[in-house]
Amino acid sequence: MSDLIRGTFPSMLKDPYADASTQPFWDAAAEGRLSAPRCTVCGTFVLPPQPFCFTCQSQAFEWVDLPGTGTIYTFTVVRHPLAPQLADVVPYVSGVIELDGTQGAGARLMLNITDADPETVQIGDKVRVWFDQVSETLPLPRARMA
Amino acid sequence: MPETLKDKTAIVGIGATPYYKRSESLPQTELELACKAILGALDDAGLTVKDLDGFTIYSSSCDPAQVASVLGVPEVRFAASLTSGGGGSAGSLGLAASAIVSGQAEVCVTLMTLQQAKRRLGGSAVDGGGPGLSGGGSPYGGGGVPNYAAFISGAGLMAPGHSFAMLTRRHMELYGTKREHLAEVCISQRENAIRRPSAIRTDPLTLDEYFDARMISDPLCLFDYTMESDGAVAAVVTSAERARDLRQKPVYIGGSAHGGAGRWGSAIFDYFASSGNRPVAKRMYEMAGMGPEDVDVALFYDHFSPMVIMQLEDYGFCPIGEGGPFVADGNIRWKSGSLPVNTHGGHLSEAYIIGMTHVREAVEQLRGVAVNQVDGAEVAVVTGGPSGLPISGTLLHN
Repeated sequence: MSDLIRGTFPSMLKDPYADASTQPFWDAAAEGRLSAPRCTVCGTFVLPPQPFCFTCQSQAFEWVDLPGTGTIYTFTVVRHPLAPQLADVVPYVSGVIELDGTQGAGARLMLNITDADPETVQIGDKVRVWFDQVSETLPLPRARMA
Repeated sequence: MPETLKDKTAIVGIGATPYYKRSESLPQTELELACKAILGALDDAGLTVKDLDGFTIYSSSCDPAQVASVLGVPEVRFAASLTSGGGGSAGSLGLAASAIVSGQAEVCVTLMTLQQAKRRLGGSAVDGGGPGLSGGGSPYGGGGVPNYAAFISGAGLMAPGHSFAMLTRRHMELYGTKREHLAEVCISQRENAIRRPSAIRTDPLTLDEYFDARMISDPLCLFDYTMESDGAVAAVVTSAERARDLRQKPVYIGGSAHGGAGRWGSAIFDYFASSGNRPVAKRMYEMAGMGPEDVDVALFYDHFSPMVIMQLEDYGFCPIGEGGPFVADGNIRWKSGSLPVNTHGGHLSEAYIIGMTHVREAVEQLRGVAVNQVDGAEVAVVTGGPSGLPISGTLLHN
């Protein structure tokens, strides 16, 4: 694998494999916006998107742009590579990000925090979501320290 | 009161192959290992293949049709598996009890057979050895790339250890759990394994060695992970009435439950930093009419060391968040502790046969023949998971 960057996990996918429930996320991401589906009945954000609201089972969602900032809910520092060809990527920091503008639980994203310092990163640290255009069709969500 | 499974069935036979390091069970096949364990368990009970009529398994550990054909089972009357993976290990004993109490089968076998020469359960999407991103709702994959894959593919968190590292990090943040606490789990279980001839890891483990070990997914190091191994273990269950006429002292199934909160893995509940076993433990104890104060020995599913600490909390042996100090005080040590845990060495040091070694150890403890026998043991808890639902727990007594 060429052009590996330490701390940045290379996407194994080159396409979002979108369906009707996820396409709006990728359309917004292509424009640099973090957008999430909110249930129009009870207001619950469901992310990654699903065809049903897990609170009220409604299928009616509206897409809402979020501030794009968030907080580290939990994380791990991966120090042993998933495969030998990824030795130059470790250590990298990835974790669950609680997104501002949502109810939190149920609307978190699991992201690579590309510039986190593995020795000092902590739960509660603020991050900002950015999109890494890894192919023509995939603007991959990642995070940076805010 | 509805009828329950309480005390109506018993484990009457245990059979096992030797435990092998990954791929060292070759040239035997997984099916051959399974049949050896089943024959061993039937023989242990004083039964034969002619008595066997039920397969109550988990994680689709074997194909009952194949086993029945190879061994010549006269008539299969019940064949079912709990869904998902290792979380169902202890709960499949409850599945056996359900089949027997409802009159659908008389003698059921629960088993796991595992050979990791070709498939590596702890593998990742990158090396092609694990479930990865192509799963269709099954832990072993199948189907196309699901619509959520691209949301997580950039995180590089694709192996089981990554998920449990994040649970552990959250537990540390909330409750002050330390790596020293994880080390105590690993070291105490290693001490138990050292005395057990079937164990694979029998070198002494010191605190210095633990802290010098390679960090895999911080805060989990090499010793916090289960090993990879091969082998098979089977347990035979029948009615309590029939059990009393068989060769071994019956080990009664007092209570059994499987399941869990639907969105536990989605980090939505305040018990994210847990083993997910809380609702299962509650139902298991209720069925058995017992509580943690009645338990003499606990066999906790330990694919990762922090899950022992979180199960101590979820099964009520200490308050939530105090699992770390509980183990640091020596409570889980064999002989000296208030609640000996994983007296066989567990997945961390004896062998990893996806939960069934724990069932075997519970039975040996309650028969009074364990290598690391807990004096006067009368009640044991054995668990499966945490993992994808269902997670499970079973209370056994003699």
